Amino acid sequence: MSNKNITCECGHVNPYGTEICEVCGKPLKGDLDSKQLLNMRYEGSARRSQTYKTTIIDKIWNFFSSVKVGIWIIILLLVASAIGTIFPQEMYIPPLSDPTVYYKEQYGVLGQLYYDLGFHNLYGSWWYMLLIAALGLSLIVASLDRFIPLYRSLKKQRVIRHESFMKRQKYFGVTEVNENTPDLQGIKEALEKKRYKVKEEEGHLFAEKNRFSRWGPYVNHIGLILFLIGGMLRFFPGMYVDEVLWLREGETEKIKGTEEAYYLQSDGFILETYDNNDEKFKNAIEESGQAAVAKNYQTDAVLYKQVGERVAGTDPELEKVKEHPIQVNKPLKFDGYAIYQVDYKLNELQTMSFTMDNKDTGESVGDLSINLYNPDKSYDLDNGYRVEVMDYFPDFEFNDKGEPTTKSKIPNNPAFILNMVSPEHPDGEVAFVAIKQNLEPLGENDYKMSFQNVDTKNVSGLVVRKDNTLWILAIGGAIFMIGVIQGMYWNHRRIWVRRTDKDIWLSSHTNKNWYGLKRELESISTQTGLQMPIDQAEQKK
Amino acid sequence: MAQLSSNLLYVAFFIYFAASIVFAISLFGRKWRKSDEESHAKKWGMWGFILSTVGFLFQLSYFITRWIAAGHAPVSNLFEFTTFFGMAMVFAFLIIYLIYRSNVIGVFAMPVAIIVIAYASVFPSDIQPLIPALQSNWLKIHVTTAALGEGILAISFAAGLVYLVKTVNQKKASKSTFWLEFVMYSLISTIAFVILSLGFEAAGYSSTYQFVDQNEQQVTVDYTLPALAGPTDGQYVSGNEFGPLFEAPSWMKGEKAAHKLNTLIWSIVGGLVLYGLIRLVLRKRIGAAIQPALKNVNEELVDEIQYRAVAIGFPVFTLGALIFAMIWAQAAWTRFWGWDPKEVWALVTFLFYAAYLHLRLSRGWQGEKSAWLAVVGFVIIMLNLVVVNLVISGLHSYA
Repeated sequence: MSNKNITCECGHVNPYGTEICEVCGKPLKGDLDSKQLLNMRYEGSARRSQTYKTTIIDKIWNFFSSVKVGIWIIILLLVASAIGTIFPQEMYIPPLSDPTVYYKEQYGVLGQLYYDLGFHNLYGSWWYMLLIAALGLSLIVASLDRFIPLYRSLKKQRVIRHESFMKRQKYFGVTEVNENTPDLQGIKEALEKKRYKVKEEEGHLFAEKNRFSRWGPYVNHIGLILFLIGGMLRFFPGMYVDEVLWLREGETEKIKGTEEAYYLQSDGFILETYDNNDEKFKNAIEESGQAAVAKNYQTDAVLYKQVGERVAGTDPELEKVKEHPIQVNKPLKFDGYAIYQVDYKLNELQTMSFTMDNKDTGESVGDLSINLYNPDKSYDLDNGYRVEVMDYFPDFEFNDKGEPTTKSKIPNNPAFILNMVSPEHPDGEVAFVAIKQNLEPLGENDYKMSFQNVDTKNVSGLVVRKDNTLWILAIGGAIFMIGVIQGMYWNHRRIWVRRTDKDIWLSSHTNKNWYGLKRELESISTQTGLQMPIDQAEQKK
Repeated sequence: MAQLSSNLLYVAFFIYFAASIVFAISLFGRKWRKSDEESHAKKWGMWGFILSTVGFLFQLSYFITRWIAAGHAPVSNLFEFTTFFGMAMVFAFLIIYLIYRSNVIGVFAMPVAIIVIAYASVFPSDIQPLIPALQSNWLKIHVTTAALGEGILAISFAAGLVYLVKTVNQKKASKSTFWLEFVMYSLISTIAFVILSLGFEAAGYSSTYQFVDQNEQQVTVDYTLPALAGPTDGQYVSGNEFGPLFEAPSWMKGEKAAHKLNTLIWSIVGGLVLYGLIRLVLRKRIGAAIQPALKNVNEELVDEIQYRAVAIGFPVFTLGALIFAMIWAQAAWTRFWGWDPKEVWALVTFLFYAAYLHLRLSRGWQGEKSAWLAVVGFVIIMLNLVVVNLVISGLHSYA
């Protein structure tokens, strides 16, 4: 404790920097007889930031404890956040597009500038993070700086307050004593009827209600700090999983991100649309210009759990956990994970089947069916006929040099270079086979591949999520709401009464909603016959 | 049922209109009749309140019948949301009136609610089917709470406007008078936009243009207002043959950029014409014309109401537009927060009112400064409603 503590005439030792005695309310600063209203903010308590200003730590503390600085941080965050919505963020531009050219192409010079300034990834930028960190620091420092001394003051306040304290409140009234003036007991009852907690001491009354509302701001700041901590936890390994899972109808896949513990099987993907002739929605669907409006995206999924250790080279032993139709808004939840329906592909090619025909006779010598995800090296057709897969392009296109190549591993446009082996041609004849294309690059062949049909399947685009930070975010959010409501929907009101032989003084303070306080005082003065206190702030004008 | 529903909305709209007029009459104490000023204000104020309540009940009936007709809470597209926002504003006003009995707030709040509802009528009002992402109980919970929060915050705008009209010195032109007139002009140009849109729609105006967009795609665009600004290198296809007078600058990209620019020009010009006419009639600033009617208004009380509306509305807004929004986003979009423009603008609104509260409670910004902040807050809310939905398109662009 500093030896510069201030001892008030009431005997209480106040910490250095106190402006209004914590116990009796005597103003410790400035002229005691001043008529100016007391500055009741934080009860005139000794805040560290207003008291110590020399060392570096003081200066940092004082910087972040300043509400002005806090407001600036809020404004900067606000402006920065708004700027981030001018053009879409990188994560929202079409997939596969190159951001270095996308912004210029779509939005011209301004788009280029936006990209050059790094605004295409604004919310993940170091300076945006820094602003959020500064906000967190400001929340902690500013709250501590105010809460502790305020708590002390409100805890230590005494029933009997200094004359100067009472006179210098916004609401102050004097009622002369005559035969009609009520005794303290009557006033006390009137106050208690208004649900004040009233204490009495030597001809003084002190009525107070809703002090807890003063803690509202600090409670909500704690909530916000927890929320920010929750946001930070995301970056720790294991807290957060986010994987994409494409699942074909009828297939079972390992669920990525679950450390191979779980498997998911799709029993089918369903896409439902609204009936375009539905009386209710007809006009809207027509107006929208869309051919159809989606009603439901659904993957009928079965969740399996692996039993025991998996032996290399064998299929894992699976145990069914549950069946669940995964729909938008209705993820499949298990063991902290959730699997969401986010995308789909209809009629993705699975297998293509061909016959190998003799061109002269037109007769087929055999048929084969190629799995487009995993083609065999060669297909035996008996009787000396065989088809070898020399090359496979699942998503075929010609590159810049005019060579065949593939855009992706998804069989959107499958093409093959096949070698047809026959008794006449034991070395085979080469054919290039694609959808609606049949080329003979090395000269005329005697045999040809005839396309028969394709098998398609629907594919579900799912997202696997685990977010172990949600609980802390939920707690933070809940505490924030409690704090805001506690601080905003209740008001801390205090009334001091002092009775002498001559007159009765009444003064009053609230932290906000003066109109409500005024109405309450009016009601109390009508009930008790006391003079309605004067609004001294109004008087000064 | 759908027809009944929209008729109920019309009735509500006209009752709101009547309520605004009654509130206005309550202000003109002695001028109206030689009755005692206080009892006059009390009497007319009571009627204004009763009318507003009746109008609100009609709109509530619209809401319920439309809900029954659609089979889902009617807050799923721009028409429904904007209408609901107007209703939330009226509801918030009724509550504030019950606390403070202030007629003058009604004079400003009710017309603003009317303008909001009129603006809603520009959007297609057909009952839409819900896409999968919207099929959730959170639709009604999140949207209604967010709209209610915004409605309460809008009352703070109305009170701020009262404060400014009452206190801004109209004797000489200043920044304050300019911006106050600008607010008036903005409200008027919204009215102008609604009148033009509905007028041309009633006349069956439509013309179609074709152009090649930046993705080299052939696009057709329908103009429902005469084309002043046409798409770059646009070709007339069908419909009314007026215009375009000029082409939108080529840096304005996007499928509907030129169309949006055209709408904006019409609103600005229409607003200027309407504003100009009003100025011609009044022969002074609109603010200056209204000011004398507010001479008995207790500005401290108005300031208190303005702040109280924020104090009540801020927690409701936070709950609806951020917390419920996050809970739903976690279920529908796999993540509670994704920096979608609408999400960001909800955050911007939250940050703005957080700054407002800190400025007011800790920095002593009361009275005029606080009133201006309330105006800016409403501008942000309207930006989130209008610009973010119509200009910046994100996940929330359902209309």
